Amino acid sequence: MTETLHVLVVDDEPGMRSGVARALRDYQVTFDQLNGQVAFAVADADTGEKCLERCRSSARPDILLLDYKLPGLSGLEILEEMAGYRPEMLTIMITAYASLETAINATRKGAYDFLAKPFTPDELRHTVRKAAERILLERRAKKLADEKRQLRFEFISIVAHELKAPLAAVEGYLRIIQEHAAGDDPKTYEQMIDRSLLRLQGMRKIILDLLDLTRIESGKVKREPAELDLTAVAKTAVETVLPDASERKITVNLRAPERVTFTADRQEMDIVFNNLLTNAIKYNVDNGKVDVTIEDADDRVVIRVADTGIGMTAEEREKLFQEFVRIRNEKTRSILGSGLGLSILKKIVDLYRGTIEVQSAPNAGTTFTITLPRQENSQPAFPR
Amino acid sequence: MSKTILLVDDDIDFINANKLLLEQAGYRVTAANSEKEALEQLDKEPPDLAIVDLMLQNADGGFNISYQIKKRNPATPVIMVTSVIHDFGFVFDADTDEERSWVKADVVVDKPIRFEQLLGDIKQLLKE
Repeated sequence: MTETLHVLVVDDEPGMRSGVARALRDYQVTFDQLNGQVAFAVADADTGEKCLERCRSSARPDILLLDYKLPGLSGLEILEEMAGYRPEMLTIMITAYASLETAINATRKGAYDFLAKPFTPDELRHTVRKAAERILLERRAKKLADEKRQLRFEFISIVAHELKAPLAAVEGYLRIIQEHAAGDDPKTYEQMIDRSLLRLQGMRKIILDLLDLTRIESGKVKREPAELDLTAVAKTAVETVLPDASERKITVNLRAPERVTFTADRQEMDIVFNNLLTNAIKYNVDNGKVDVTIEDADDRVVIRVADTGIGMTAEEREKLFQEFVRIRNEKTRSILGSGLGLSILKKIVDLYRGTIEVQSAPNAGTTFTITLPRQENSQPAFPR
Repeated sequence: MSKTILLVDDDIDFINANKLLLEQAGYRVTAANSEKEALEQLDKEPPDLAIVDLMLQNADGGFNISYQIKKRNPATPVIMVTSVIHDFGFVFDADTDEERSWVKADVVVDKPIRFEQLLGDIKQLLKE
């Protein structure tokens, strides 16, 4: 996409004005690194007064080519008038003889660059090009900062919302208990306490997951690559979910080579297996089944977790890895979760330049397939 | 005869607790925890007042429910409960006619709600 920068040339010599217009008319600059292309639209003014008028209007230029010596208001006076007026506008001073003093003076007053008369069209283009690059850089930086701020704001908003919901629930129950407002059956109160504890547990999970997420995203926490046995990691994860599984008569099978060596951060691999397995149990049906397989290939490791659970639609699958997206429907209503597990999983897999594949259909179970390339054959997952 | 309040929220605990508290305060409470249930409930038993959470499964489900309530009976007061106002910088209220014309709620309260305030709003809207 070509952006057009507006150039205003202010000079009392008509020849200078038309010369600049001619030199920039068909001039286009491509900045590969900024992924941008710039063209120029040139307007002119023959006095400082007209220049000021224009700079204060909505037709403000992006680049101002300003003659130092003008009949009425001088170039320096114009710079003074516009001090702090519009930082995005870059001023290039045109000086008849570039003395050091003039340069210092004008820079103090906010000029960005100089052109000494007489100059060739190429010299002009070179100077304008520099200014254009600077403008583009600033615009890109600002846009990026805005987007980042917006994303951060949205994220914090959702976190606040997700924490407020359990807070409101627990508060409601405590109030009833405090006022003994639910009759005389102690069972009713016990249920409320149970529910409150469950919601607090949910809050705790959100907070812990948030910490995992920031740990990964900040890139500041030291990751410790070590040669791990993924089969052992998987076994530990299976043992962790076994109590929950057996409570609902869900069988968990692990099919893996005796030992699968893979260089990775232990904590990250724990999170991968734990998240996959917890989901496979949570979204399963009673008497269901979970199959965990690890395949060891030369150039990669493939981890597969298949459940016989409630599954999901293609539309739900699309949203799966977004933060705080929990698939909400009749079937998932009573399932607690932070809505962060899979987005954490995705971030970790990305760190290893791996891929996640999801196969699922409503009531037909879900299979997550994670492929992690071995480091030797890819970019290192642990950049120095 | 005690007045009927329809309570709509996707948070089952929020419903349980507030249903009890409202019943303690002398109201009959019907509850729904999805947009679909709420619309069914509306046709089965038109309430005297409705308390609707904005954040149902579809982000604007609460708006639709209050619209449907007002469509069936413009006189039914609607209290909209929301946890989004401050969180999302999405500011709306129901203080002016213009706002009421599109919000379709009589009062907007912020979660976590103070029960006394909710009760006060209910009494005022039901002219008790």
